[in-house]
Amino acid sequence: MSAILVEHIAKHFGTVKALDDISFSVDKGELFGFIGPDGAGKTTLFRILTTLIIPDQGKATVNGLDVVKDYRKIRQDIGYMPGRFSLYSDLSVEENLNFYATVFGTTVAGNYDLIRDIYVQIEPFKKRKAGKLSGGMKQKLALCCALIHKPSVLVLDEPTTGVDAVSRLEFWEMLKRLKESGITIVVATPYMDEAGLCDRIALIQDGNIMAISTPSEVIKKYPNSLYSVKSDDIFSLLNDLRKFPDVHTVFAFGQAAHVSFKPGQSAGSSLQDYLQAKGHSGIIISPVQANIEDCFMELMIK
Amino acid sequence: MKRFLGFVVKEFYHIFRDYRTLLILFGLPAIQLLLFGFVITNEIKNAKIAILDQSRDEVTRRISEKVLSSGYFILEKNLRSSGEIGQVFRQGNVKLVLIFGPDFAKNLDKTGNAKVQIIGDASDPNTANILVNYIQGILSNYIISLNAEKIPLQIIPEVRMLYNGQMKGVYMMVPGLMAMLLMLISALMTSLSITKEKELGTMELLLVSPLKPVQIIIGKVFPYVFLAFADACIIIILGNTVFGVPVVGSVALLLAESFLFICMALSLGILISTITNSQQIAMMISLVALMLPTILLSGFIFPVENMPLVLQWFCHIMPPKYFITIIKSIMLQGNGFRHIAFETGILAGFTLLFIFISVKKFRIRLA
Repeated sequence: MSAILVEHIAKHFGTVKALDDISFSVDKGELFGFIGPDGAGKTTLFRILTTLIIPDQGKATVNGLDVVKDYRKIRQDIGYMPGRFSLYSDLSVEENLNFYATVFGTTVAGNYDLIRDIYVQIEPFKKRKAGKLSGGMKQKLALCCALIHKPSVLVLDEPTTGVDAVSRLEFWEMLKRLKESGITIVVATPYMDEAGLCDRIALIQDGNIMAISTPSEVIKKYPNSLYSVKSDDIFSLLNDLRKFPDVHTVFAFGQAAHVSFKPGQSAGSSLQDYLQAKGHSGIIISPVQANIEDCFMELMIK
Repeated sequence: MKRFLGFVVKEFYHIFRDYRTLLILFGLPAIQLLLFGFVITNEIKNAKIAILDQSRDEVTRRISEKVLSSGYFILEKNLRSSGEIGQVFRQGNVKLVLIFGPDFAKNLDKTGNAKVQIIGDASDPNTANILVNYIQGILSNYIISLNAEKIPLQIIPEVRMLYNGQMKGVYMMVPGLMAMLLMLISALMTSLSITKEKELGTMELLLVSPLKPVQIIIGKVFPYVFLAFADACIIIILGNTVFGVPVVGSVALLLAESFLFICMALSLGILISTITNSQQIAMMISLVALMLPTILLSGFIFPVENMPLVLQWFCHIMPPKYFITIIKSIMLQGNGFRHIAFETGILAGFTLLFIFISVKKFRIRLA
């Protein structure tokens, strides 16, 4: 049985379609990622899964329980970490944790095993007010609070947004460890580089799921030939590349430009000549493997 | 039950860590009571007047002395001609001019009909009215003392004011303030504390938790019952020690009725918070929609009987009106429960109605 099953869910707010006929399923014990930009519909979807809003149409179940009818039972089973920091800033770390433990009818000591790895990192600050923690520590505390009642499904809405690179890595390490203990984790993120850390991902844009697969499958399906192009003047490089005949897409990617050509076409040596003629120096052109971001961009164009 | 207690403990943390709000909670009643008690008063002392005495005889001098020694008036200026009257009023200090006609004593003695004129500054009608009444009282007292020597025929009314013998304004203020402050603290604070959770996003987590709506609502209200009750006690004690407002009736009954009123105001606060999502709107509703009617339509300052009929109907659906009636009845008249059973019933009815609507309207979801 799937931990989460969503069939033809749609939700609109006024004239805005937040979700447009979405279907997917998440297996038990899976680490499932929703990758998409802000406003793609991730939060709306998560609020439906956590019984906070009712879909306009379609059916969704968590552990076989209907999100509309059995909302009370689902609320016992899931751990939810909203996108916005939603703990009490005027309570200390310890008090927040104790509060959520009591509200869910358990104690911190009772489920300490589950949160130990995470909690030890913030324990030195347990007397500090939650509002005075750094971004990364806030997220760790929020995760502890979401985990304290030993949920079977963990729903995390952009847990790493606004967190530094090191803390982000640490956070994903924790998620992997939680997954090993059998918890189903659904996580939303706008960061493409985090996609590779999930078992399966869904690329979501404007309320539609564009692709749903393992990260490597998504990459394998990338149809075009892709090159990384560097030169000393990246700005005019981007402009010149866009004018090159047969070019499909050009995106800036760090210090380089990712240039794609439709299947059957390739840059060949003519690109090098073209750029040299345009007066670029230090040109490096190398074929590269597509990453999730390239796939996302490609899917967006369709 | 354990969940509920955990929730209540959290609420107490919120309240005790917010020093400013706590200061307002306990400072406000004291300050308000002192302000209202000392500042807003219908008694007027040391009003400045001018006298135009056109006869300057023994009688006018004696009347003037009586007026000035009454404690209500201070002589600002002795006028010499009627031309000066307009001038002193325009200068603004003088609130009243007393004019004795020419040959006052002679006329009084011969014809029994002497002329005196009182001119008041009615740009402040209440003050003018009260001052004119004072002067008239002094004049008629003087006439009576004259008559006592001549004619034995007279009607002297003996006036006794029950329950507030010295007609102290503060006797009115204490019940009114209790209603106003308890309403403010209870309704405003609870509506704010619930909408705050909505604003900060913590309500999202509370909703996802297994807490029931009733537990969230009661848990929110619980601490404020104590705080508001403490405030009620502060007002009663301050009223008694500083202003000498007595509690003639049963203190226990007074506290019990206050408790009922607090519950009513709290449930009203919950109702407000269930229909709004922001602290700002909750505050506006509490202040404008609750405070003004409490002050204006409860009979606290303006007597209900003088209002147009439509407004009187409005007054009857204002819970504070009944509470003010109740406290006055207990504090000043010393009545027992039998006399206020009707009002108590109405307050209880309001409470149940508000709670019922709140629980019905409480959203178990976000949208």
